[in-house]
This record gives sequence, C-alpha cells and structure tokens, in this order.
Amino acid sequence: MSVVTLSVNGQDVAVPAGASLLEATRAAEANVPTLCHLEGLTPVSACRLCLVEVEGSGKLLPACSTAAAEGMVVHTHTPQLREVRRMTVELIFAEGNHVCAVCVANTHCELQDMAVTVGMDHSRFPYQYPQRSVDASHPQFTLDHNRCILCTRCVRVCDEIEGAHVWDIGSRGGQCHIVAGLDEPWGQVQACTSCGKCVDVCPTGALFRNSDTTAEKQPNTTLPALLRTAREQRRWHNQ
Amino acid sequence: MPPSPPAAKLRLATVWLAGCSGCHMSFLDLDEFLFDLAEKVDVVFSPVGTDVKIYPENVDIALVEGAVANVDNLELALQLRQRTALVISFGDCAVTANVPGLRNLLDGGHDSAKAVLERGYLELADATGQLPFAPGIVPELLPRVLPLHEVIPVDLYLPGCPPSAERIREAITPLLAGERPVQEGSAMLRFG
Repeated sequence: MSVVTLSVNGQDVAVPAGASLLEATRAAEANVPTLCHLEGLTPVSACRLCLVEVEGSGKLLPACSTAAAEGMVVHTHTPQLREVRRMTVELIFAEGNHVCAVCVANTHCELQDMAVTVGMDHSRFPYQYPQRSVDASHPQFTLDHNRCILCTRCVRVCDEIEGAHVWDIGSRGGQCHIVAGLDEPWGQVQACTSCGKCVDVCPTGALFRNSDTTAEKQPNTTLPALLRTAREQRRWHNQ
Repeated sequence: MPPSPPAAKLRLATVWLAGCSGCHMSFLDLDEFLFDLAEKVDVVFSPVGTDVKIYPENVDIALVEGAVANVDNLELALQLRQRTALVISFGDCAVTANVPGLRNLLDGGHDSAKAVLERGYLELADATGQLPFAPGIVPELLPRVLPLHEVIPVDLYLPGCPPSAERIREAITPLLAGERPVQEGSAMLRFG
C-alpha cells in the first residue's frame, strides 16, 4: 500500500494514497467540523464547513472531497477559516426556518451542535423566512422543507445504500429543494421502500418519524458506514 | 487622599419584550443565588423584581428577553439602549426572534402583522370577528418581528429557550466583577 505524507497544522501525518484531506486531518486529530459528510456515503462538499487552507493553492479547499497529496501543508483552524465556518453556519440558519425550541430534532440536531462548535451566539445575517412546504403524505414519515439544509445525505443514502433513489435536488440557487420521485408527494413514490434510512441520517429535523414531537427525534447516523463495511468487507461491527 | 466611598451597587434591569417570560422564569430559577445577586446589584427595573413602569437612567446591565414585535417593544428597546451600559440579548427570542418571529413566514414577511391579525381575528373567528382597534391602548404590531440586535446594538448574547439558570449565573457572575463571560461551548451557547 502506497502512502502519502503531509503536514496538518505543523504535524506530519501519513495516510494511504487516495485518502481524503479529511482523513488526513483526522489522523492529526485536527477536529475539522463537517455537516454534510457521513461515513459510508460519497462526499459532496455541500456544506463547506470542512474547508481547509492548503499552502500554495490560493483558495480554500473542502477537505472531504480533496485528495491528500504528498508534501501538502494544511492548516485547519486559521482565523480566516474560523470566521468562514461561523459565517457559513449563520448563513445556513438565516437561509431556512430553523426554530430549535419547537423542532423535533432539538437536542439531537447536528446544525444546533454546529452553531456551538463554531461559536455562533447570534446571526449577523437577517433571517430570510423563506416560504417552504411540509410533505406529510408518507404514512410513516414527514419531510419539513423549512428545516432542510440541503446536505443531500438523504439523496445519497437512498441511492447508494438502499438502492431506491427516491430523492433528488430540484430547482436551482435559493429555490433548491429536495424532491421525492419525479417531484411527487413522497407518499405516492412507489420506489420508496419506507426503510427510514433517509430519516435516520438527516442531520436536522427535516426528515422525521410521524410519532416524533418536539425534541423526540433520535437519529442513527452510523448506519451507512455499518452497511457499507458489511457489504464490501463482509464484516459486521460485532465481528 | 480621602478614603473612597463604598463601591456603589450595580444597577440591573430585566426587560420583557415579545417572549413567553420563560427566560424570566429561568432567572427566578437562580434560587439562592438571587440572594447573592441582591447583595451586589440594585434591581431597578424588572417585571419580576420591581413595580417600576418607566425605564430608569444609568442602568449598568440589562437582560432583555423577547423579540421586538410591536411599537411598545421598539420604544422600550430604543430607550433602554440609551440608558444602559451593557445590553444582553437574553434568550432565543431576543437573539433570533424565535417563536414570535414565526409570523414572519406569513405574507412573505412584508406585512405579517396584517396577515397574523386577519388570521387570528377574522379567519378563525365566528361571525362577530373584528380586528382589534384601540389606538394608544393596544400597541400596534410591527410589520416584521425582529431580533433585538437588528434594532439596537447588543453587547452580549445569551441564547437558549430558555437559557438555563446555570447559564444565566455563569454569564452574570463575571459581569459583577467587571469581566466578560467566556461565551464558548454547549454550556453557554446552545440554541433551543
């Protein structure tokens, strides 16, 4: 196995060739925050929280989808990066309708956690209060677009792990939203197996079980990695 | 040099704008710490501590609960900023507009006052429904509910719905000693 060595915050680390910068920063225990990333799913660099500085690159690079290369000099927590991350989280809050106090995911929300991580005590950007809908057509689950941050974990887990590909992103720019099937009510999409994986991996309260009320959602984000390891390496977590 | 006079007590205000008073209930949850606090501050304006109706001059610290939703909230916010050294956005409604701000979803946020009144007093009313109209008595709603910092400069943010008594104490204690609290980590910053 070939190895690449690089520097993360002044610390030399060695990772297998083909590993991502995110894996390299983790080898250095640099605690780069992530929101859309989930072990077991293809990285998409949607949330921009894992941006890092690579000397000589001239721009910030998403660690999750950048390959680690020999001799790279990486910085993960410069003042600029801290500011960019906090601003990103503020923009995510301002862009949707996130009201933690009355959310199913309150106390189990990765966006709520991320606000703490980046030190967000308020948003410098006015909240936009976009007009968004709720799809309650599925017998077991609900999709509340107000709380969606477009991380696409649901899209990826349904496509890559469940193999049903119920979800996609529709429209463009600020109008982007998750669509079920051919932009149908979720409950009418025959491809949906009602497995609930999308609900389990959703980082916010956008996807939830109908029985969950305020602060009752219990996500299970370890599922994709577990299933992928089981399928590809024939190894279950208890073996 | 003459001996300096005993240090004057800090003048503390707590203010209730458009919120549910949950932050004030959490303030009262400080329990026995309130005795310690009373030794160090004069509570000069507070819905749970005084019967003063006019916001006084020369306030040192103000804990301001609630969003700015009507003309009374706005007037008091502007007044307290003029008369207070350190203004704290106290709880999620003050920090983000939170639940009171949900009416901003109506009418694209342009005139959610009209939309929310029509919804509450006409659409959901029986045949005798009418819009409230009592100029000078019932304060007019603002077109949009705003977090405090969009109306006046804010010096410190204390999120939470409500902020726990512990969080309030951790924020206030350094201020009493003339220092700023360290606003970091889940204990101090978490929304909701």
